[in-house]
Amino acid sequence: MARTIVGMTVAAANAVLLEARSLCFLRQDEPVFGPVDFALREGEIALIEGDNGSGKTTLMRVLTGMLRPGSGEVLLDGAPFSLDTVAGAVVFLGHHPGLKLDLSPRENLRVAAGLYGLRGGADIDVSLAEVGLAGYEDESVRRLSAGQKKRVALARLLILPARVWLLDEPYANLDREGIALVNRLLERHAARGGAALVTSHGAVSFAGDAPRRIRLHA
Amino acid sequence: MTPGSTPAACAALLRRDLTLAWRRRGDIAMPVLYAVIVATLFPFALGPEPALLARIAGGVVLVTVVLAILLSLDNLFRGDIEDGSMELLMLAPQPLALLVGVKILAHWIVSSLPLIVVAPLLASMLKLPAPAMPVLVATLALATPLLCLLGAILVALTAGSRRSGMLLALMLLPLCVPVVIFAAGAVAAAQDGLPWVAPVAWLGAGLVLALVLAPLACAAALRIAMDS
Repeated sequence: MARTIVGMTVAAANAVLLEARSLCFLRQDEPVFGPVDFALREGEIALIEGDNGSGKTTLMRVLTGMLRPGSGEVLLDGAPFSLDTVAGAVVFLGHHPGLKLDLSPRENLRVAAGLYGLRGGADIDVSLAEVGLAGYEDESVRRLSAGQKKRVALARLLILPARVWLLDEPYANLDREGIALVNRLLERHAARGGAALVTSHGAVSFAGDAPRRIRLHA
Repeated sequence: MTPGSTPAACAALLRRDLTLAWRRRGDIAMPVLYAVIVATLFPFALGPEPALLARIAGGVVLVTVVLAILLSLDNLFRGDIEDGSMELLMLAPQPLALLVGVKILAHWIVSSLPLIVVAPLLASMLKLPAPAMPVLVATLALATPLLCLLGAILVALTAGSRRSGMLLALMLLPLCVPVVIFAAGAVAAAQDGLPWVAPVAWLGAGLVLALVLAPLACAAALRIAMDS
C-alpha cells in the first residue's frame, strides 16, 4: 500500500503523459523514421528536430493515432491508445489549421469548444484577445492574414481541455512577437501540467533555456 | 448542454455545417436550379401532350432529383479534409461515425430538402395526377436520405484520391438503381391506383439499414483516407 502511495506522489509530480516505444513508420516498406523512443512528462515541452523530409509531421500524425505505426507503440497515460480511446486528450495543430474560412474566429472556436469541451475557466473572447485578435472576433477568417489565422488556431489551443499539444511548425507565418506568444502559451501550458511536442525545421528562439530535443534523421 | 458532451458536439457540428451552407447560398441553389431546368426541358423535347407527360412525370422528377443529389455529393468531406477540420473531428472525444452521421444529416438538409420542396411543383408542371403527389413526396423523403448515406460511403472511400468525381459517379450508379426502381415503382403504382405501400416499405427498410451502417462505413473509410 505504502508503495502505491509513493508511486502516486511521484506520478503527481511528473507522470508520463505520452510515451513512444521503438516507434517506426514505414511507407511502402521504406522506413520514414525510427525507431524513436521518448517519454513526455507532465509539464514538459520537447522539440522535435529534423531536416525537411525527416518525418516530423509523420511522427506527429502517428502520435495522434491517425497513422498506424509500422512497429512499436504509443502510450497515453501508460495505456496503448487509438483514435477511439484518445477522447480529446491530444490536440494536433498541423499545416492546415482546420479553420473554416467562411466563419469568424469566434464561431470557429465555438465549434471546437462544442466538439472538445471548454478548458475550466477558459473563455473564447478572452483567448482571442490574448493572441492579439481583439477586434477581429467577428471578421471572416478568410479576410485574416496567414499569421492571424495561425493566431486563431493558437487561441483554439487555449480553450480546449487537451493535455497534450502536438504542434507542427507552430512558428511558421508568425512575426517575432507571435513567436514570443507561442513560447508564452507553451510555458503556461507546461506550468498547468500539460505537455507539448513541437516540430521545427530550423533554429528558433524556443521557449525555456534547454528544451528536450528529439532528433529525427532523414 | 455542457460543451464537449455528445449532444453539444453534434449540435455544434450541425450548426457549423448549416451556417457554412447558408454563407454560400449560391451553392445550395445550384442543385435546385439544375432540377428545375432539366424538368422544364422535358415537355419541350417530348411535346406538351398531357397523357404522355403524366406517364413520365414521376420518373422524370425522381431521376432529376437523384442526379441533382449526385452533383452535390462530391463536396461532402472534401472541404473538411483539405482545411484540416477532418483531423479535428477525428481527434474529438465523440465517435467519428456519429460526427460523420451529423455531417450527412446537414448535407441532406442542405442538398435534398430544397429538392423535396420543389419536387411537387415540378411534378405538377409535368401533370402528375394529384393522388400520386403525396406518394412522390413520401418516396423522396425516404429515397434522398438513403442516397445521401450510400453516396457518403463512396465519397469517403474516394476521399484520398484526387479527381474522384468520375469514379464516384461510376460507383454510385449501381447503388442508385434499386432506390430509383422502388421509388418509381411506388409512384407508378399510386398513379394506377394500385397498392404502393410495399415499395415504400422497402425504401424505409433500406434507409434504416443505411442509417445504422453507413456512418460506420464512412468513418472507417475516412480513417483509411487520412492514413496516407
